[in-house]
Amino acid sequence: MARALINVPKAAKRGEVIEIRALISHPMESGFRPDESGKLVPRSIIKTFSCAYNGEEIFRADFFPAVAANPFVSFTTLASASGTLSFTWVSDTGETQTETRPITVE
Amino acid sequence: MAGQRDASRREVLAGGGGLAAALAIGPARAEAEQTLAAIRAFTGEAEVRRGRVKLDIPVLVESGNSVPVSVSVDSPMTAADHVKRIALFTEKNPLPDVARFHLGPRAGRAVVATRVRLADSQTVTAIAELSDGSFWSHTTDVIITLPACAEG
Repeated sequence: MARALINVPKAAKRGEVIEIRALISHPMESGFRPDESGKLVPRSIIKTFSCAYNGEEIFRADFFPAVAANPFVSFTTLASASGTLSFTWVSDTGETQTETRPITVE
Repeated sequence: MAGQRDASRREVLAGGGGLAAALAIGPARAEAEQTLAAIRAFTGEAEVRRGRVKLDIPVLVESGNSVPVSVSVDSPMTAADHVKRIALFTEKNPLPDVARFHLGPRAGRAVVATRVRLADSQTVTAIAELSDGSFWSHTTDVIITLPACAEG
């Protein structure tokens, strides 16, 4: 499992706009880079990242090979209710990784 | 696949003149055609207007391997009026598409950020699709002193 760094405020006021930042360690091998022997290293990238708030998808990103290694994304959401934010990364080979973070909304 | 791409290129060449002017990509070049085709795949037949979108990217970057990019859109982000999608395109990367972001009224604000690779000094374009079906764009020039993948 790749290392993921997720930044979500632990608590927020109802209706507040919160910023979420997420990064996963991944080479994002573009398929355009030659190795030492001059052969192209095959493409291997994270294709999509999505975030669900209490089960409902609130944000999704589609990545192409031009996204830098260790893909980072930041976005915002309205703090609506206490519960769980889940984060899912899917690679072009179909591997998925999901992480969750709790949030308390007053 | 190649035939499909040629067809979309022809469509863009036939109908994309206004779009090219609107985005100020300049004289037709192979890379610009590829970028216009990618933009057309995102926008369909809709007109792309300048404004409402702010693309924040450094003007001069030392390394093209990881360039911070932020896009914000002037939108109230309500159920009736919000940003649905934001896409990033490059002019001279091997592939013009960089990333697409899907958001909605629950975002509260239309601001996204990521880090991208730039293979050369070039223009970068952000396009936002609003809930009323309109498309808005901002294009910026970036100068790279060490392009991505240069060290192979």
